[in-house]
Amino acid sequence: MNVLRRGGLGLLAWLAGIVFFLPIAWMALTSFHSEVDAATNPPSFAASLTLDGYREFFGSGGGPSPWPALANSTVASVVSTVCVLLLALPAAYALSIRPVRKWTDVLFFFLSTKMLPAVAGLLPIYLFAKNTGMLDNIWLLVVLYTSMNLPIAVWMMQSFLAEVPVAVIEAARVDGARLPVILARVVAPIALPGIAATALICFIFSWNELLFARVLTGVVAETAPVFLTTFITSQGLFLAKVCAASLVISLPVLAAGFAAQDKLVQGLSLGAVK
Amino acid sequence: MTATTTAPLTAGTTRSARGPSPRLRAWATRAPLLPALIFMIAVTQLPFVATLVISFFDWNALYPKARHFTGIDNYRQVLTDADLRHSVWTTVLLTVAVVLASLVLGLLLALLLDRRFRGRGIVRTLLIAPFLVVPVAAALLWKHVLYNPEYGLFNGLLHYVGGPQPDWVSNTPLLAVEASLVWQWTPFMMLILLAGLQSRDQQQIEAARVDGAGDWQIFVHLTLPHLRRYLELGALLGSIYIVQNFDAVFTITSGGLGTANLPYTVYQSFYQAHENGLASAAGVLVVIGSIVIATFALRVVSSLFREEVSRA
Repeated sequence: MNVLRRGGLGLLAWLAGIVFFLPIAWMALTSFHSEVDAATNPPSFAASLTLDGYREFFGSGGGPSPWPALANSTVASVVSTVCVLLLALPAAYALSIRPVRKWTDVLFFFLSTKMLPAVAGLLPIYLFAKNTGMLDNIWLLVVLYTSMNLPIAVWMMQSFLAEVPVAVIEAARVDGARLPVILARVVAPIALPGIAATALICFIFSWNELLFARVLTGVVAETAPVFLTTFITSQGLFLAKVCAASLVISLPVLAAGFAAQDKLVQGLSLGAVK
Repeated sequence: MTATTTAPLTAGTTRSARGPSPRLRAWATRAPLLPALIFMIAVTQLPFVATLVISFFDWNALYPKARHFTGIDNYRQVLTDADLRHSVWTTVLLTVAVVLASLVLGLLLALLLDRRFRGRGIVRTLLIAPFLVVPVAAALLWKHVLYNPEYGLFNGLLHYVGGPQPDWVSNTPLLAVEASLVWQWTPFMMLILLAGLQSRDQQQIEAARVDGAGDWQIFVHLTLPHLRRYLELGALLGSIYIVQNFDAVFTITSGGLGTANLPYTVYQSFYQAHENGLASAAGVLVVIGSIVIATFALRVVSSLFREEVSRA
């Protein structure tokens, strides 16, 4: 009885997993179908596979090439993540290993900025960009994405650095090690997995962002999500192409997310859940 | 965790160190913090102050010369405008429905995943995947591939059982947006609640079992009270993100069919209608709504945080 019930619940868990994954699996399958096979009712599960959807997406059919958008997204996400790390690491150090007075207040100030919705500052930023000629400039997005992710990074990093045992640092200091050596030899090895996870999560949020990119970029600096918005209105038979596009553009996020899986909760809950 | 462990270090070094004055040393401690702090204030706080100022002006970008101070007129207009009031209501409905549904589903999934079974790691990975699809891509997937009335997967599957062939987005636009968001946010809730379940005191549960408590009693009297703050945290963080949702509304319905929420309305009123003053007032209202949620969120985060600090 007990064994049966346990087996049944395991089966239920599998079923739930499959139901949640089904749309993604279907998207992947459809992306390898021809446009005609993709648009049948009832669906053609066993239609022959082709790479036409991907060829279409990458511009073989004369449509706009997605490469500039993918390059822009890469620049915006990678550079802003590097900036976030450069700003957040020292800050987290001053909030954990050698804390300033009232460090919890500072920590909560960072968190409170995350609760300010993006639309709150959108218009002044737009007007500022327009008047300074920064519209349609990828570097403006780099600055904005840095500010979007900095609070999350400070919180995560603070909780990771706090895991470094003070006794070890103290011992190294007594042995005459100087600060750079302590940071490189003692702190870094313990905190590195956490720092990597922080970077991956910041990358995901920047890669996904649509509102700022949509408002502040045009033809030159458009990012991958903005490129995807061209598929909002139907363009005849285009399901395979949409699926290929969605999948290709989601791949970096899926990869980063699975790489950071273990620390994902801690990051998303701003370090409140370990 | 940090407070107790790092305090002795600071005290120790201040006492043993010689040389620079205490004031200089205090600034040396603060220095690593300043770049991040100044950057955040400049990029997030200043624009909001500007929004606040603009919200008191009648300012259409197409007629810049006619710009003038109007006091709280914009707010009055936002709060009395039927469309805008409707978008406030839509925002509330969307947020509450998505948060509650994904929280309940997330709890069920977390309970299923909290037990050992064959392939648990794979199931966990399958369940996280929806959260890791780019939001616009996810919305496109639901709009075109699942909801399409002629060749979408839903109607395709209904076809097999001889069911009806509804036009999902036109018939139930808000529900269509909500379903896609629930699909994306359930994994998030599941992860937080799973972490909560795994931090339960196993000894206490064993003791209760020895005393003859059944599964249901343990769930109601031990698990749920323990999960309470994780549920709150999930609900509040989820609310903060979903109140701001733009991608799904923009993609699936383009704000049509009565699904325009506040972020979409703010976007539309300045990007398409060029009403800077009105957009700012609506933006300020979104902020006030968020502050109400955020105050509770901060309280929950800080209580969990203090528990972590004291546990170490």
